[in-house]
Amino acid sequence: MGAGVQPILEADEFDDAIRRIPPGKIGVWWFLASEIMVFGGLISAFVLFSFASQGAFAAAATHVQWRLGAINTLVLVTSSLTMILALGYARAHNLARTRWCLLMTVALGLTFLLIKTVEYTSEIREGFVPGTSLFWSFYFGMTGLHGLHLIGGIVVNIFLLVAALRKPAWDFLERRIEFAGLYWHFVDVVWIFLFPLLYLT
Amino acid sequence: MSTAIATAADLAPVHEHELGFLRRYIFSIDHKVIAKQYMTLSALMALIGGGSSYLIRWQLAWPETSIPGWGPVGPDNYNALITMHGTIMVFFVAMPLLLGGFGNYLIPLMVGADDMAFPRLNALSFWTLFTASAVLIASFFVPNGPAASGWTGYVPLSDKALYTGVTWGQNLWIIALALEFASFLMGGVNFLVTGLNLRTRGMTLMRLPLLVWLELTAAVVFLLSVGPLVAGAIMLLLDRTMGTGFYQPDRGGDPLLWEHLFWFFGHPEVYVVALPGFGIMLEVIPVFARKPIFGYRMVVYSTIGAGLLSFIVWAHHMFVSGMDPRLASPFSVTTIMISVPFAIILFAMIATLWGGSIWLASPMLFALGGVATFLIGGVTGIFLGSAAVDIVMHGTYFVVAHFHYTLFPVVFFGGFAGVYFWFPKMFGRMMNEVLAQLHFWVTFISFNLVFIPLFLVGLGGSPRRIYELSSYETLKHLQPLHIIATLAAIVLLIGQLPFIINLVYSLLRGPRSERNPWHANTLEWTVDSPPRHPNFVVPPRVYRDAYEYSVPDAVHDFIPQDLAPEEAFGIRGVAD
Repeated sequence: MGAGVQPILEADEFDDAIRRIPPGKIGVWWFLASEIMVFGGLISAFVLFSFASQGAFAAAATHVQWRLGAINTLVLVTSSLTMILALGYARAHNLARTRWCLLMTVALGLTFLLIKTVEYTSEIREGFVPGTSLFWSFYFGMTGLHGLHLIGGIVVNIFLLVAALRKPAWDFLERRIEFAGLYWHFVDVVWIFLFPLLYLT
Repeated sequence: MSTAIATAADLAPVHEHELGFLRRYIFSIDHKVIAKQYMTLSALMALIGGGSSYLIRWQLAWPETSIPGWGPVGPDNYNALITMHGTIMVFFVAMPLLLGGFGNYLIPLMVGADDMAFPRLNALSFWTLFTASAVLIASFFVPNGPAASGWTGYVPLSDKALYTGVTWGQNLWIIALALEFASFLMGGVNFLVTGLNLRTRGMTLMRLPLLVWLELTAAVVFLLSVGPLVAGAIMLLLDRTMGTGFYQPDRGGDPLLWEHLFWFFGHPEVYVVALPGFGIMLEVIPVFARKPIFGYRMVVYSTIGAGLLSFIVWAHHMFVSGMDPRLASPFSVTTIMISVPFAIILFAMIATLWGGSIWLASPMLFALGGVATFLIGGVTGIFLGSAAVDIVMHGTYFVVAHFHYTLFPVVFFGGFAGVYFWFPKMFGRMMNEVLAQLHFWVTFISFNLVFIPLFLVGLGGSPRRIYELSSYETLKHLQPLHIIATLAAIVLLIGQLPFIINLVYSLLRGPRSERNPWHANTLEWTVDSPPRHPNFVVPPRVYRDAYEYSVPDAVHDFIPQDLAPEEAFGIRGVAD
């Protein structure tokens, strides 16, 4: 095996179920666990301050543009759909459709960022900046961190798209799309928490 | 059908000798090289950490004098020194040595794998830490100096330049820590996947060497605890750079938020440091007592229990912070509870010694020294865990002595035990035992002489983080204790010279080591010293746990994990 890594062993009487899961998948799940703690920390702090704010947070939240937020939610959820479709088509070894779905996912991700930029611009123009009040600090902090994570996911998906533009090793591509998909869904789920907290209070 | 995973192997050259110098020694993806890189980084940072402790101790013993080799230290510089001492020791010495060093080197070997699950991620994790260290060292040289908020970074000291005068230094401190967290997150994922997935045939979880269990638990604890502090650090950086007010009461924020976020991570973090140190002791003690570990299962369950409990004790750092006083009781209870699993681990070590054939070689001396000193640290932790006591003792030298009596044993006694134990494996040479014994005794005696006086200083009422006592009438009488501690600290620092000399000499001229000089059972001792590429020509097959020492009817007094039963007990098989 040279300087490489041992393959997963066949199931035998000394094997256990854990070892049959691909290492990359377990790795991604552990990474997601730590990311959940990061956003969990921010969200818990937000919720606590919101309760203690005696209406100040709710008052500030009226200036958040819930229509754009709702559109963004749709955009992101759809991108999760296209990501799953990409995985399905990859497993079916359908190269053309895999490429399309990856492309759509990237496009939808970029759309989200575009709409977010529009929101930020209008909010800053109206005078709402991170330092305006605690609500706005959390708003920009949480959506900003989420946006950075989304950019990371988009970059990963672009890499996969480029890989899929050549003739890929299906084994490799299927697995990478699955891992990228797990991360993408995580970013989507974070938004599903942020949207009601920030936009719907 | 076997599902072979293409991870790093698909891009790395197959044969080691095809790699150039940079790929082989600098940007290596081999876990053994990376481990040594981590250890080297740790050693270099320890020079700075130790150097800062020299300055701190001299200042406390003889304030307002010019420190030999340095110059005068004023109150602002003192705050920066203690901040950097703590930050460097915890994040850039302890973790790289115990996790990045020993974890990286030993986990693949002990589970019977050729490398970590993600070798390139492993390399990335080291170079991220290297970058973090560079950022932290750069903070010494920026205008207004390095961070001076304490390693705990409490606000408002850390979020307003008004209080410490520090500007860029604090920002760089935050960035360095963020990079360090990223580094160990990557490493932690690697450890977990390797330990769970790459175990060789026959290596069930309950046959894993205890070091692997403790490293894996430390990885999980770190992974799950660091998130809230990352969130908090982002908020701190935003407060400092973008005018937000997360921690500022006049802006609607709360300084206590920082304390909660910091300690929610900070407490599990000290166990992340402690567990691998114990792991090393748990590997060394059975070998040098020629006895199986006492209570393997209990140690495993206690480790997991301690890991879980570590998440619900954090507010014992905050009893006098102004948080709701009703939180004092529950956190006191959980803190006292967490002493139980650690006590079990220590009892297991001690019970392993009972009736054993004790061999006081240097690894064993350091392991035993670690056990003895940690006992003092642990017991004083129980005192502090009770809110009633902590209300008096918080922020005094009693706490300083307590945590040095826990951290120093696991990091330095445990770490040195590991170095002396695995040096033959890593470098194929033996270290000099005379210098090693000298190193141990000087370290052990002087360490105790530094910190026992500091317990007394704390009990005498002296707060910590003050740069001298002479302005306090009620504390002046404690000054002789500070002088004793400083003299001992100087001896402690000088006492590391035998180790450094030993290390350099043995690397260059030490006598060649065999595969298994200590006659130990774990899989790393079945390969060459140092191991070749790949680690295992044939993946080993494991038949038993790692602690079969002095088994009656066995051919030798140790039975390696991969030795077939027929060979272990002679051709006749198990004696009847």
